[in-house]
Amino acid sequence: MKQTLPSRREFLCAVASCAAAATAAGCSDLTHTGWFQSRFREMSEAEKKDLVAGLEKSNTARFGKEVTVGVEPPMAGAEFGYALDISRCIGCRRCVYACVEENNQSRDPQVQWIRVLEMDKDKGVDFAHADAYYDAEQVPRDGHFYLPVACQQCENPPCVKSCPVGATWREKDGIVVIDYDWCIGCRCCMSACPYGARHFNYAEPQIPAEQLNPKTHYLGNRPRSKGVVEKCTFCIQRVRNGRYPACVEVCPVGARKFGNLLDPDSEVRAVLENKRVFVLKSELNTRPRFFYFYGL
Amino acid sequence: MATLRNFWQFVLGSLRIVLRGNAWYWLWVSALLVPIGIGAAYYVRQLQEGLITTNMRDQVSWAFYIGNFTFLVGVAAAAVLLVIPAYVYNWKPIKEVVVLGELLAIASIVMCGLFVTVDIGHPERFWHLIPGLGSLNLPQSMLAWDVVVLNGYLVLNLVIVTYMLFSLYRGRQPRKKVFLPLVLFSIPAAIAIHTVTAFLYNGLPARPFWNQSILAPRFIASALCSGPAVLLILMQLLRRFTRFEIDDRAIWKVAELMAYTMFINLFLLGAEVFKDVYSNTEHLVFMRYMFFGIGGHTAIVPYMWLSVGCSIAAFVLFLIPTTRRNPITLNIGCVLIWIGVYLEKGMGLVIPGMTPDTLGEIYEYFPSNSELWIAAGIFSVGFLLFTLMVKVATPIMLGEFRAAGIDPVDPVEHGAAALAR
Repeated sequence: MKQTLPSRREFLCAVASCAAAATAAGCSDLTHTGWFQSRFREMSEAEKKDLVAGLEKSNTARFGKEVTVGVEPPMAGAEFGYALDISRCIGCRRCVYACVEENNQSRDPQVQWIRVLEMDKDKGVDFAHADAYYDAEQVPRDGHFYLPVACQQCENPPCVKSCPVGATWREKDGIVVIDYDWCIGCRCCMSACPYGARHFNYAEPQIPAEQLNPKTHYLGNRPRSKGVVEKCTFCIQRVRNGRYPACVEVCPVGARKFGNLLDPDSEVRAVLENKRVFVLKSELNTRPRFFYFYGL
Repeated sequence: MATLRNFWQFVLGSLRIVLRGNAWYWLWVSALLVPIGIGAAYYVRQLQEGLITTNMRDQVSWAFYIGNFTFLVGVAAAAVLLVIPAYVYNWKPIKEVVVLGELLAIASIVMCGLFVTVDIGHPERFWHLIPGLGSLNLPQSMLAWDVVVLNGYLVLNLVIVTYMLFSLYRGRQPRKKVFLPLVLFSIPAAIAIHTVTAFLYNGLPARPFWNQSILAPRFIASALCSGPAVLLILMQLLRRFTRFEIDDRAIWKVAELMAYTMFINLFLLGAEVFKDVYSNTEHLVFMRYMFFGIGGHTAIVPYMWLSVGCSIAAFVLFLIPTTRRNPITLNIGCVLIWIGVYLEKGMGLVIPGMTPDTLGEIYEYFPSNSELWIAAGIFSVGFLLFTLMVKVATPIMLGEFRAAGIDPVDPVEHGAAALAR
């Protein structure tokens, strides 16, 4: 694939030199960013460095504070897994808001990667009777339990298969990521996702500058533009640096467990070995890396 | 070189034809330009503000635009209902009008492309879909396949139509060796565009309403109802307003074939309703939303009953030989089936497929004014394009528009009838 890149650029440069719009900047400046930017997956390290430097500069100027954009690759020997104890979850939605702050989701219109569903204890896990709009002041309510749902980081992700331009893929550490600069916004992946985990920026995302989390990752929480799809990345900017996802840290009842599935001593492995776990919609063969269990 | 010069003359001559017309022609063209202008203005706002100007949201993330796209893929595929009797069964009265079917296919595919363009968040990144330049995700993505087959079908029809009309323009008989393989190839190609578009929905196990193997056959059955309905009305308009002679037998034959396809369409719908209702699993919820609404959410219910009613009424009119041969009842039937299939594909396929959403939430979708005007604009672009193409094709087939040095000739000898040989 590497060899095809220069010819693509050359072609686009040729197009650009015809187009009046592209005359201001030299072609060499245009190949990594803007309309001509190629796929992140196909970029060399040097190209990624250029790209990130440009993004850091523009975001720092836009938000008036130092913004970093990481490109940390998957760590060797790590495949991430998540386990959520639904007997502990009280439905307080602190994870939802911690996620919004950590991952720079739009405040207006609101975008939230985690959706907490209130379910009836006598019906069990049943989406047809789930309520996502319950009042969080009163939780936990009698006769109900709570099921937070975000990206399940499927091993067999239907969203990745459906993308017509390969703008979303599964990384070696199991995280399904999106290249926001390559996504065309067709929303095939949203139709394909059985978990409602993917969210579209219907308008230009609004984040007050003082609320922006300046520590970002290219494939994760960097500010997005309107017209692209986004989703949970297990806080890629944190977990690839050895930290827990924000939702794990904030959970007041310790319902959320996270770790390396390849590490026999990890918390998530302990849950898998000692608890009875299940995954959502197992009949669809998506093979989630997000497990639910009853800890109590 | 002579051919190139001829072709240039052909293009110039065609331009002259579309720039000349009577008051009715200009009235029709201006009537189309109004919604095009309004739709364009709404689209500019959509580009500036984002798809927030639509009523689509995360719960219903595909809706009116994609429904219209799906319906129009069906109309584009409909040309085969003319090609099959004309060239497979060698039925002469229809051969003369096959070109019209191909023109309809071209206009429909252009509208399909426009509907996809207005639906996506970053239309300026279209080049990511171009193989070699971008990264078309073949063979995995069904939308990637759809891009390939729809563009292929567009090119195929453009080549067939241009070749046939240009040959007639030069007073030559189109060479069978050239066009017959292309015309025959357009039959599987038409089936392919519809099948792949159906698979775009069908291949999503997240959406049980679409993930049923009857989906692709239903697509094709409904397409073979709605597409020919347009052609039947068009054929009558042409023989009324031009010297074009279209045999009643051609119209009756198409109407007879439509009676079969309408039966299959209703039969497949019935099969799906039976399976869902009798099994009564949790997947019945989508059909319940479609026909009865859930918890007071009934925005699309009247449209769905209207769709079923129109489809049944049209079937009865086409089934009875006297009503399908009577021009009044025939045209009523055409309009009814058009409405029936339009509502079923435009709203009835996409919206219930996403309501309730994958986590059980019901978001009641109904298109916004912006979506309705943009759709009206796109339909007007299609009608305008079709009008212009028919305006050029008709005098060629009548033998009135000819290359310099070739006299206008008797249409019976050298015009449309030449295609029938």
